[in-house]
Amino acid sequence: MVSVRTLLEKPWIWSFVGALVVWLATIAFTGGYGAGGMVTAALSLAVFTVIVGIGQMFVITLGPGNVDLSLPANIGLASAVAMKVMGGNDAMIVVGLLAALACGAAIGAINYLLIWALRIPPIIATLSASFIIQSVDISYGRGLQIKPPPGFADFANWQALGIPVLAMLTVIFTVGAALALQRMIYGRSVLAIGQNIRAAWLAGVDVGRIRFLTYTLCGALGGIDGALLAGYFRGANVDIGNEYLLASIAVVVIGGTSVAGGKANVPGVWGAGLFLVLLLTMLNTFGVSAGVRLVLTGLIIVGVITAAGGEKAVR
Amino acid sequence: MTAIAPGTLPKSAPRGSAARARLLRGLLPALSLALVLIAIAWLNPRAISYFGFNLMLNLAIPIALATIAQMFVIAGNELDLSIGTFVGFVGCVTATWLRDAPLLGILVLLGSIGVYALLGALIYLRNLPSIVVTLGMSFVWQGLAILVLPKPGGKAPDWLLAIVSFKPPYIPFPILAALLIAAVVHFGLMRTSYGAILRGSGGNAAALRRAGWSLLRTKIVLFALTGLFGVLSGLALIGITTSADANIGNGYTLLSIAGVILGGGEFVGGRVSPIGAVIGALTLALAASPLLTFMHIPPDWQVAANGAILIIVLAARVLISRRER
Repeated sequence: MVSVRTLLEKPWIWSFVGALVVWLATIAFTGGYGAGGMVTAALSLAVFTVIVGIGQMFVITLGPGNVDLSLPANIGLASAVAMKVMGGNDAMIVVGLLAALACGAAIGAINYLLIWALRIPPIIATLSASFIIQSVDISYGRGLQIKPPPGFADFANWQALGIPVLAMLTVIFTVGAALALQRMIYGRSVLAIGQNIRAAWLAGVDVGRIRFLTYTLCGALGGIDGALLAGYFRGANVDIGNEYLLASIAVVVIGGTSVAGGKANVPGVWGAGLFLVLLLTMLNTFGVSAGVRLVLTGLIIVGVITAAGGEKAVR
Repeated sequence: MTAIAPGTLPKSAPRGSAARARLLRGLLPALSLALVLIAIAWLNPRAISYFGFNLMLNLAIPIALATIAQMFVIAGNELDLSIGTFVGFVGCVTATWLRDAPLLGILVLLGSIGVYALLGALIYLRNLPSIVVTLGMSFVWQGLAILVLPKPGGKAPDWLLAIVSFKPPYIPFPILAALLIAAVVHFGLMRTSYGAILRGSGGNAAALRRAGWSLLRTKIVLFALTGLFGVLSGLALIGITTSADANIGNGYTLLSIAGVILGGGEFVGGRVSPIGAVIGALTLALAASPLLTFMHIPPDWQVAANGAILIIVLAARVLISRRER
């Protein structure tokens, strides 16, 4: 029984093991130099992947074909909206954050509207939506180089005892997400839909409402992520979210969430987020060229997923 | 004879209307292409000419080939998120090694098709999600492309330039090429018995396995075909652009998926259409820039217009599918 349990837990343990191995390899290379700083940097960068990763995780858990490809465009637009609303003024920080949240949530709601009303596969719906959002962002954020208010930039970069405060807050948030997933009706409904949408419907789950909430939640998380990114990097731009398309999907799957839906894992998202950031740091430390770095990143992603393995076929 | 007639008649009537809806659904990709063409003709009549089509559809051929590549994996219920960077990698190899050291270039390209076949085997044997494996591979191809060609440049081999600049009489080359691609793939996938098996691996894998077919083999063949058409797409692209860049194909991943769906394909169930996919790719290529330029849509909003066209076509398809039921 115990061995079965460890087997079940395997997928997400892998991501933490991977992160640890990569970290050890790097400090072995540097001779112990910068070990702590590396963790701090990894934590503060992983935060952004984890936030969108959690949103993407809920969406992917809804079942095969569910994925939000509009996150990069969403992050870009929300970062512009947040910076514009804040207007460099410390007093407007909360309003700006709320505006980014609302912007992201609206995008998520529109995504689901397209999926529901036009019965388009989510991949294509969120893709089409992302084209439109991207244009809105280009047109709205044209030449926009508004700096975040100093207070907000400081907050996004704030560290206490070598640990980024944003990372602490995100840990609290992910604990909440884990509770929502495993202990709340909402999360259980998401899992039920992912396992068998028809069975969930027959069991009385309001499938439409849960899916709507999930896409909206994912959009809102993308929005807040955009605002935080603009604060951390001290400025918004159209391309700020580009890398989070692949990253958000990668952390979910490396973290042990099933792409087939119905099986989600919150801690794994953290492990995978740290793993990806540390991997990049390691390859940078080794001083490899951009090409080699990309090749190794890709091979390691494929290697990890191969080692973790897919789940056995149901039939 | 008369006794059978009343029995068959009421049955055949709804079947007839379902067939009509199915036909309409099958024609939808062609209808959307016609619509885009009519719009272009109305906005700029001079564009509808031998020269105009050559110009407007130039880039449609690599897109069509990439879309066909994507269609093969989709036929097996998988998705290839690396096709764009793969096309870029092939492009970089084409513009460098294939010109300077043809033998090495050919070996590398054949090897990359082999890598695709191996990926198919890996995905099947370890039961891995293809989205993640190809996501990882997209980094690998991009990295390799940068290693092969760190800076934009290189030059297409002369024989490739000669093929692409071929000017057949009356019918513009891109249209001829599109017809050829559609016909060949349609015959291979829709009209041969192994083509039916390949599609069946996406439609009902369990049934195929029980009938004694190797699912490992179908997966390998589908992925190898994706690699093959990815290579063709890269070759065509470099023939047209004459030089390469590591990022040259990045947009193709999403374009190819959109093209397959626009052409009537579905993500699951092995329901794909090679002719539809080629038409979908042409529609996207035409709608992407010529139409929007003629409509005087500012560059800022061109991407949005692309998204809107996708949504409109898919919405039309849903309306028709609803009648099919």
